[in-house]
Order: sequence, then C-alpha cells, then structure tokens
Amino acid sequence: MRIPDQASPALLKSRRHRRFLRLAILLLVVVAGISVLLGRYPAPGLMNPEQLSRDELAWRLVIYLRLPRLLTAILLGMTLSAAGAVFQLLFSNPLVEPGFLGVSQGAAFGAALSIVFLGGSAIATQSAAAFFALAGLGFSYFLARRLRYGGWILRLVLAGIAVSALFSAGLGMLKYMADPLRQLPEITFWLLGGLASVTWPRLLAVLPVVLPGLLVIFLYRWRINLLSLNDEIAFSLGAAPGRERWLLILAAVLPTAALISLAGMVGWVGLIVPHIARRLFGAEARLSLPAAMLFGGIFTLLCDDLARTLLAGEIPLGILTSLFGAVIFLGLMMFQKAKAQP
Amino acid sequence: MTDALLSFHNVFFGYTKTRPVLQEVSFNLRPGHITAILGPNGVGKTTLLYLALGWLSPWQGKICLDGRPVRSHNRRERGQGMALVPQSEHTPFDYTVLEYVLLGRAPHLPPLGMPGPADYRIALQALEQMGLGALAEHPVPQLSGGERQLMLLARSMVQSPRLLLLDEPTAHLDLHNKWRLIQTMCSLRAQGVTMLMTNHDPEVVLALADDVLLLEPGGSAQFGPLEEVFTAEALSRIYNLPIRLVEVDGHRQVLWT
Repeated sequence: MRIPDQASPALLKSRRHRRFLRLAILLLVVVAGISVLLGRYPAPGLMNPEQLSRDELAWRLVIYLRLPRLLTAILLGMTLSAAGAVFQLLFSNPLVEPGFLGVSQGAAFGAALSIVFLGGSAIATQSAAAFFALAGLGFSYFLARRLRYGGWILRLVLAGIAVSALFSAGLGMLKYMADPLRQLPEITFWLLGGLASVTWPRLLAVLPVVLPGLLVIFLYRWRINLLSLNDEIAFSLGAAPGRERWLLILAAVLPTAALISLAGMVGWVGLIVPHIARRLFGAEARLSLPAAMLFGGIFTLLCDDLARTLLAGEIPLGILTSLFGAVIFLGLMMFQKAKAQP
Repeated sequence: MTDALLSFHNVFFGYTKTRPVLQEVSFNLRPGHITAILGPNGVGKTTLLYLALGWLSPWQGKICLDGRPVRSHNRRERGQGMALVPQSEHTPFDYTVLEYVLLGRAPHLPPLGMPGPADYRIALQALEQMGLGALAEHPVPQLSGGERQLMLLARSMVQSPRLLLLDEPTAHLDLHNKWRLIQTMCSLRAQGVTMLMTNHDPEVVLALADDVLLLEPGGSAQFGPLEEVFTAEALSRIYNLPIRLVEVDGHRQVLWT
C-alpha cells in the first residue's frame, strides 16, 4: 500500500515540530532560571546561587521582587501572543492585535484618569485601567450590534476602531489637563509599559482571569482552525461558529485586559510573535498557537531582563519589545524567503 | 414519506420580509440517489442548500433530516451525517491541503479532540482519490480553482456523510476533472450516499441525476425523476431560451440556439 508511506512525511514533520516545541519549553525554563539570578544586586550581572542561602536580603529580593515580576513577564508574553494569534485567526486578518477592540485604549484612558484625578496609586491605576479596558470591550460589542453595515466581523472591527479613537481622544484630553511636571511623565511611562511595580498581591489578583483564559485557548488549539473558516462552512463541520467565537474572544480579551492594567501598554508582542510562530510552524494552529505562547513568554521575559538590568534606571518594557520584535520579524522574513520557494 | 433522508414540506423562505425567494417547496430525497437542483441565477439554489444544512431556518414549513427537524439534531451528529461542498471559500492563511482536509474529521472527534494517525490516513486516501495526493503539503491559497474544488470535495468525503450537499461542484473543473468528479459521485452513490447538488451544466445533470428539482423565478418548484422533469419545454421555460433535447450516439444532449 502507498498510503502509510504517504502519511509519513506529514507525521514526521509534526513529530519534528513537536520536538522543537519541547525544546522551547526547556528554553523557557532555563531562561526563567537564569533570570531569577540576573539583576543589579549584589553587583550588575548574575548572582551566585549559593548567596541565596547566606544573604537574607538576596533571598527576599528574589522571592518578593524578582519572582513575581518574572512570572508576570512570562504570563504577559504568553497572553498577548496567544490573544493576538486567536484574534488573527478568528477575524481572518493577520493585522489585528489583542487590544484592538477598545481594550488597549480603554486601559490607557483609565490609567491616565486615575493618575490625574485619583492620585495614581498602583492599585487605583490597575483597577481603573481594568475597568475601562472592559468598558471599551463592552462598548465595542454593543456598538457592533447597533451598526447597520457589513457583516458581523467587519462591524466588530469598525466598532473597535471607533471606540479606540474615542478613548484616545479622551486620553489626549487628560494629558492636556495633567500637571506637566508630575502627572504627565507618569502617564507617559505607564503608556510605555513596565513591570517595575509588580508584587505578589497584584499578580495574584489577575491570575483567576489569566489562567482560565490561557487554558481555554490552549485546549482549542486545533478546533480554532474551524472557526477561521466562513461561518456556514464551520457550521457544516459541526461547529457553532457564533457561540464558540465568543468563548474564544472572551478567553483572549479578558486576560489581556487584566495584564495590560497591570503592566501598561507593552506593544507589538501580540502582533509580531504570532507571525513568527506561523512562519516557523505553519498556519495550522495546533502547533503554532502553543509555539506563539512559548515564544511570547520567552521573548517578553528576555526583554524585561534587559529592561531591569541594562541601566541603573528602568528602561520601559514597551520600547524594548517593539524594538526587538520588529528587528526579529524583519530578519525572519528576509531569512525565510530563500526557503519559501523551493 | 418517512423513509426519506431529507424532506422539505411547504417551505417558504426569503432574506427580506417583502421578497420571498422560495415558496411552497416540497420534496423528499430518495436515499442513495442523486438529485440536481436546476434554475436560473439568483433563484435560490444555494439558499436551498443552506436551508437543508440547517444554517438558515425557513419562514414556514418543515425541513427534516432522518424524519426529525434538521435544526433539532445536535451539531456533531449533523456534521457526521451531512457535508457541504461550497462553490469556493476564502482561506486567508497558508494551511496545507492536508491540514485543510483534516478539518473534515472534526465532527468525528471528541469535543476538544485532535486528529490522530487514523484520521491522517483517511484524509490522504481522500486526497489520492481526488488526484491531489502530490499536493498534500501544498499551501491552499496557491491552488487553482479546480484543484481547490476537488480539495473541498475531499474534505467533505473525509466527513463520511450519508448526505452530501454540493454547490456547483463542476464550476471550475476541466474536462478530465469533470469526468473524475462524475466517477467519484457515481461510486459514492453506489456506496449509498445521497447527494443534492446545484448545477448549471446539463451534461453533468444528464450523466448523474436521478431526480431533478426545478426552481422557477417567483419561487415555485417542480420535483420528479429526471425523465419527467428535465424536458425541453421545462428548460426553455425556466431559462427563457429555446432549448432542444437531442440524442447523439445514445447519449442525450442539450442544444440551444
């Protein structure tokens, strides 16, 4: 029979990819292990592990500052990448990013509002950002239901753009009103993103939203392919396109809102990492979606390591993710071109 | 009436309240037979397929699959029993042909399950049968229109349905592939698969159809065996063109001038 022989290239490819994924998991663990020891105490660079047992300050530093920050960086990268991949598939559009349904701009508006009017404590800013991120999503949804133009997907995209524009106008107004010496820099830094203020309680507050969302996306890693097809085709293959799409949109957007409210606007991860994963693993999401999660985690963690160790002061995380994300993406596109046309 | 796989009873449907597309459509599909839906453009042929699929629901009347309203079947059960071959579909990402055809296994997998080696074999077999074996690792957006149509048929066969809905299955095919499609549909019929297809190609209808459903502008419908319904008078009427049926070498042919 020719059939089993024929099956092997596809199966071999998927086996090779799976090995590559296991390697990525290992890499994430190794990078996380090194990141714990990396910092500017006692001196810039790596700390000797045995110092943890005799230096109580080092121990407390690792447990209370570095560990929650490191976990947040991983979760942030995983969530933004997974949500970006999900949105790109569901909206059949490779150019959407996780915050486009009014979520990013809503969070930015909320954070600025808190800084200008509510004193800008960490908790107040996080709560206000989360509240307005969800308000942005809700507003986009209801606007999309009221619009009388085009199909459901197009309406949702248009509503998202309009709501984002409204919030960004509001953000502009708040910046204009803000005290230019005290509040304006604070707003600017929040918009550039960063994890300096992460503590255990603030991380634990977002976990109940983030982990279920990631789990749903992970479990849907094959089935989500069905939902990238036209509605009636997905329906003919036994899916409930409307209901299942909403489940995934919520699973992507709620964790994103929670983490943006904690970390500020960390740009480009959600747009570029899914593209990188698709370039390496193909369009089918069964492998490229987990790959996007892992790469996002590794990438954001490495960027955050640089953000906190490179200079004595903190470099905003959003600057580094945009810079390195764009560079890696361009490099990959040029490098892969020779291989794409055999 | 009860042994029909799919039946329409007095079905009315339209997209806007003022303009009905289908009026009083009734028919029973005979199991293991091929039915062709004929009618001019815009008369509601694809709409009728979507109604049969359960994607659209009728204003009035009943559509039953296995004697039960089609929309009362659960999704998996429906996906296992019935497959759709659309005329074309938009694929924005570079899925490979094999990955795309594997999506047809979805209704046979547990709710969040993933295809395994057995599913790969079924998908490759379907691709071989459609002559697409060599293209298994090819990106879907690079296929020609005809290859894509054969791939969509392969995906529906992977669903192993009892009822196959085909929307203009020969629209993009060259002569050889048209022949291949006719052969495939004949062998599916021999395996007991019931088929409902829309088609504008009289050659294909004459070669394949057992029954014909004629849809006329204005919404009324006529259903019956090929010999009774597929007549020169009826065709001339619905296409508004003088049409003759002639016999060449024992094959009936449609002539129009």
